[in-house]
Amino acid sequence: MEKLIIGRSIDVNEEGFMNQFSQWTREIGEALALENNISLSPRHWEVIDYIQKEYKNDSPLSIRKIGKSGVVDIKEFYELFPDAPLKTATKIAGIPKPVSCI
Amino acid sequence: MEDNGKIKKMMIILSKATLENVYACFVLANGARMEGIQAEIFFTFFGLEAIHRKKLEHLHIATVGNPAMHMPTMLGGLPGMEALATSMMKKEMEKLDIPPVGEFIEILSASGVKLWACKLAMDMFHYKEEDLIEELDGVLTVGDFYKQGSGVGTHMLFI
Repeated sequence: MEKLIIGRSIDVNEEGFMNQFSQWTREIGEALALENNISLSPRHWEVIDYIQKEYKNDSPLSIRKIGKSGVVDIKEFYELFPDAPLKTATKIAGIPKPVSCI
Repeated sequence: MEDNGKIKKMMIILSKATLENVYACFVLANGARMEGIQAEIFFTFFGLEAIHRKKLEHLHIATVGNPAMHMPTMLGGLPGMEALATSMMKKEMEKLDIPPVGEFIEILSASGVKLWACKLAMDMFHYKEEDLIEELDGVLTVGDFYKQGSGVGTHMLFI
């Protein structure tokens, strides 16, 4: 479905995840973060950059993997993105929701 | 109903220490946190072995009395059979990025899952707090555990 955000139209699924990463910009990421009550700090961006890098490498994401990333530990990940961190972070990053149970 | 019956907190009671039960419990608790749901685990009876420093990396899956193993009960009871089945299962789990028990406990604790030991079971097995993992949040009575679970949207699960 189409969603209007900061004056641009993006294609999202029913949970609000972007269907086309090519439509994503940093400004859209910031707006999506604000919708989730998160104001992005440089630490948030380091995590989002990492998540997008893994997505581009076709490498599946999990909480365990985030913890081993060397970018952020699991405790801080939950502090940066409270309430469903992996879902929230991937939504802001403009990539599909990870299917991992771990 | 308030919040359309949304699950806000999972209170999971783990009473067994066979590997498949421990993993079911840990995956459910971790999965709750991943969805923004609070989670607490109450380790009681044999479940205490999953948080016992010296025992947690030596848990086995049950090969006897487990029809889903599709092996005759007599075979399942042979020496080494549990260890064999366990090592096969551990290999499969590593492929799926499922961490070993000790690492899983670290992940749960870092994710904000509260880990409680049952006081009565500890007395029964003569365990002391120092026998258990350092991530432990405390030793509770059943009454304390129910108090922890109070509030709208709490669900309790017995494994």
